[in-house]
Amino acid sequence: MSKPLGFEKPLGMRDILPGALQKQRWLQHRLLESMGQWGYCEIMTPTLEYYDTVGGASATLEERLFKLLDSQGKTLVLRPDMTAPIARVASSLLKEEPFPLRLMYSSNVFRAQAKEAGRNAEYFQTGVELIGSNTVDGDAEVIALAVSVLKAAGLKEFKIAIGHVGFLEGLLEETVDEAEQREELKGYLHNRNFVGFRKYVDSLGLDNEKELRLKELLTLRGGEELIQRAEAITINGKARKAVTNLRQLWDALEAYQLTDSVLFDLNLLSNLNYYTGILFEGYAAGQGFPICTGGRYDGLMAQFGRPAPATGFAVQMDRLMEAAPFVAKEMPRTLVLYRSEQRTIALEKARLLRQEVGVVVTQRKDEWDPRTSESYDRVLDLTKEAQ
Amino acid sequence: MSRQQEKLIVAMPKGRIFEEAADLLRRAGVNLPPEFEDSRKLIIPVPEAGMDFILAKPTDVPTYVEYGVADIGVVGKDVLLEEDRDVYELLDLNISKCKMAVAGLPDWKDDGNQPRVATKFPRIASKFFREKGQQVEVIKLNGSIELAPIIGLADRIVDIVSTGQTLKENGLVVHEEILPISTRLIANRVSYRMKSEAIDYVYQKFASVVEKKED
Repeated sequence: MSKPLGFEKPLGMRDILPGALQKQRWLQHRLLESMGQWGYCEIMTPTLEYYDTVGGASATLEERLFKLLDSQGKTLVLRPDMTAPIARVASSLLKEEPFPLRLMYSSNVFRAQAKEAGRNAEYFQTGVELIGSNTVDGDAEVIALAVSVLKAAGLKEFKIAIGHVGFLEGLLEETVDEAEQREELKGYLHNRNFVGFRKYVDSLGLDNEKELRLKELLTLRGGEELIQRAEAITINGKARKAVTNLRQLWDALEAYQLTDSVLFDLNLLSNLNYYTGILFEGYAAGQGFPICTGGRYDGLMAQFGRPAPATGFAVQMDRLMEAAPFVAKEMPRTLVLYRSEQRTIALEKARLLRQEVGVVVTQRKDEWDPRTSESYDRVLDLTKEAQ
Repeated sequence: MSRQQEKLIVAMPKGRIFEEAADLLRRAGVNLPPEFEDSRKLIIPVPEAGMDFILAKPTDVPTYVEYGVADIGVVGKDVLLEEDRDVYELLDLNISKCKMAVAGLPDWKDDGNQPRVATKFPRIASKFFREKGQQVEVIKLNGSIELAPIIGLADRIVDIVSTGQTLKENGLVVHEEILPISTRLIANRVSYRMKSEAIDYVYQKFASVVEKKED
């Protein structure tokens, strides 16, 4: 291995320069402000966590965790998401706090990247966790909040696709007896391989009616009308319960008046074996990757000793950065140039100017590069006045 | 109606698959201009079909689609497996059918030494041998794979076999078939929802003319 060049950074790590950071901070502010208005309180957790606690409980795949050893030889991870650390806090430090807990965050998370050296391994997420709510009102609140924050960020064209793990599992249990085969089918859905899914269904030798129901799953994408189609291909139990759940969710989303921004997509399956009910992804026009992901994860809190239903979502800030317009108010910028003997006058002038709205930079003229004057609305050259 | 508003960007591989896919689309009643296949442009707008076609190197098609610069794409399963991109694999177009296979000299025997395998598809080859519990050294080549066993670079090759003619002419035989290959319709994760009507339309068009038998 060659020694890195002086300017190099570890793979996937990134510097954020002033212009971009200004936009990111502005977006973070908009998002947190919206979430705060819904009663969510901001929380911070450490960058490093134990592999055995947060690392194991996280939805992130083992091979994408950054691992290191502490001085006692314990394995640590750079937090791969904020959900697991927040579940840890909610089960320990906030153990006595009554449910439902509403927490929000805006933090950097770390995931090792296999492909493309330029892909971020450290990136920023802003999101919420609603812990201790088991009702469809909780699911609807989180989805409505996701819509609300994307709007607050200035996005015009976006959609939230909603799926249901219970529906998928229920339908598979009704049609396929072998657990192993069901896992295989879930794998195809998770990899978005519909061709493989259909071929595998064909290979199972199911009766015709079951085959059709399974293949119908691949077309279940749409609005309210889809709930009936979903109901038609399920018989009872888990899947029917999920359909009822989705119908209630639709009613709740109608109450929020945002059914225009959502669609159902019942073959949606992200984070295998992590989400337990309603799950969703948000997309913005012109962006190739989802901009936010979320859903119900009723199994996580139990891993930290305080079993509780929970739901939440996270916005990927780097993707939002690309999709969102930047409409920050530019403050007028003034440059005050002075000779060293004019310092007192210059600083007093700057102090007065700063009391008005705006940015004032004081600069000794002998260290001044004239090229910077473009970035100022006004240049006040005291050295000329004095002559 | 809304289909016209939602213009689709379609990534197509240059070469044989392109012609066969264009033929499929025509048979499905999609209006493509007659000079479509002869164009040397990299982007071919076809406003009457509501689509822009991007002509790409086959291995790049899944990349364009994953990043969303193309909404959908047409690509071989061999490339999909090798590139391992996060895209929807919607439909088997059942064109450009062939097989991914292990081939070598007819008299090759495993002598227990770590054998070398030359291929354009290192990921597929590594996975195949790993799942069989065989440790092999995979050598990535970019073309003329058949050369490798003849000149002694590798013991065997993993490559696409369609008629078997190239293998035969070079004195090689298929030892093992890995999997059947055909061309697939793929879609970007976001476009699949944001442009669902337009994509469903193309899907239906293709599905209406694809040979029913999926093997």
